[in-house]
Amino acid sequence: MGTTEPRVVDFPLRRPGEPFPPPRYEDYRHHEGLVVSHLPNGNKVWLVTRHEDVRAVLTNKKISSNPDHKGFPNISDTMGVPRQEQIPGWFVGLDSPEHDRFRKALIPEFTVRRVRQMRPAIERTVEERIDAMLAAGDHADLVADFALPVPSLVISTLLGVPPVDRDFFESRTRTLVAIRASTDRQRDTATKELLRYINRLVAIKEKWPGDDLISRLLASGTLAANEMSGVLMLLLIAGHETTANNIALGVVTLLLNPEWVGDDRAVEETLRFHSVADLVSLRVAVEDVEVSGQLIKAGEGIIPLVAAANHDAEAFACPHAFDPARTERHHVAFGYGVHQCLGQNLVRVEMEIAYRKLFERIPGLRLAVPVEDLPFKHDGVLCGLHELPVRW
Amino acid sequence: MRISVDPDRCVGAGQCVLSAPEVFDQDADGIVTVVNARPADDEAVRHAGELCPSGSITLHED
Ligand code: HEM
Ligand code: SF4
Repeated sequence: MGTTEPRVVDFPLRRPGEPFPPPRYEDYRHHEGLVVSHLPNGNKVWLVTRHEDVRAVLTNKKISSNPDHKGFPNISDTMGVPRQEQIPGWFVGLDSPEHDRFRKALIPEFTVRRVRQMRPAIERTVEERIDAMLAAGDHADLVADFALPVPSLVISTLLGVPPVDRDFFESRTRTLVAIRASTDRQRDTATKELLRYINRLVAIKEKWPGDDLISRLLASGTLAANEMSGVLMLLLIAGHETTANNIALGVVTLLLNPEWVGDDRAVEETLRFHSVADLVSLRVAVEDVEVSGQLIKAGEGIIPLVAAANHDAEAFACPHAFDPARTERHHVAFGYGVHQCLGQNLVRVEMEIAYRKLFERIPGLRLAVPVEDLPFKHDGVLCGLHELPVRW
Repeated sequence: MRISVDPDRCVGAGQCVLSAPEVFDQDADGIVTVVNARPADDEAVRHAGELCPSGSITLHED
């Protein structure tokens, strides 16, 4: 057990102008044991920054994902994991065995094979967005015009949203994500409209089942009606901004490293390199537990920082270099353990198609502003770009 | 090399199928199945064992 007092550090909210992942993570990693920090509400939380430790935390049975436990480190009222009482079916906040019922019901929808079958639909969506950008002129905001609509449209296809409703669906999901361009009230309204829409869609699929995720989930009979809408909202929220941010940051990285354009290995490397979900996995110890020689007491919060783990030189050679040819593939951009991202195979295909088509169809693609002027998101859970002005 | 899997632990992440499709598959429920339990010792198979997030895959050296 470490004898030195744990070091207390600032809470890892991103700061304007600071590179990501922040150089501070490097110091934390070199510190014996773990570093401790405080949430904006003052609660103590342990930060985990080494790759090995992040994996250990995410597979430890004494460490829980359930926000009902005292000490769960939700970052604020709107940044964190909702309780089942707030959104039944939000299974990322459940532990085994409750979690497994949801996960098992959903994995058939996300197998490698099933995702491959979605390829033509994803290609069509991507092509249509590129057509629309090209038709509109010689410049675009790649976030609003491409990175956000593509994952939203893909999820709407997955859920079986009829084509006539996709514009509605896309515009409401976009309002939810636009931290800058929409007000709290607009976001609240959009959430309600989406929930109402999802409930109506479920009712329609109950009467007229189709070949889609909702119909199959209904037929399996494993979820209660109120859990169903929570699960569908989770898929939507978990899969939208994450993917959009990764696509946008990935395009910037490819524009800066054009030798990798057209190489599919870039997909995995942009996931590791950007690690957009750095503050997504939140945990709490339910029994006293030791991590890296550090005693964590029951009821203390733990945040495994995946961006820190993915830039750990013990796990990745030259971690700060963007190198799609690297042989290490054990990044934790999708987390680890039983909650490891359910949508990961879908994301991989989506990103591969998005990068490939974008650079094929718009070979003259370039940034319309200097890279230092790109508006990075430092005010949310995920990292990404508010806007990505491009020209061709 | 010999492969064994524990389908009860599998969380269907599909990392094994992506790494070594000639050795692993997912059944209709998305759960791991072994297509070839005695593959040649190769990097892709070792990667699959290393990447599986739920510890469902065991590689035996016999
Ligand atoms: C680049 C894009 C994405 C990233 C970086 C990402 C990241 C993550 C991470 C880190 C977790 C683990 C959370 C935890 O440990 O508590 C997770 C879980 C999850 N993700 Fe993703 N995600 C992405 C896209 C998607 C997509 C497209 C979908 C679905 C359409 C999705 C659905 C989910 C679900 C349902 C979970 C919860 C799984 C569980 O609790 O068993 N994600 N994701
Ligand atoms: S990688 Fe592990 S959890 Fe994922 S499908 Fe294969 S055996 Fe199951």
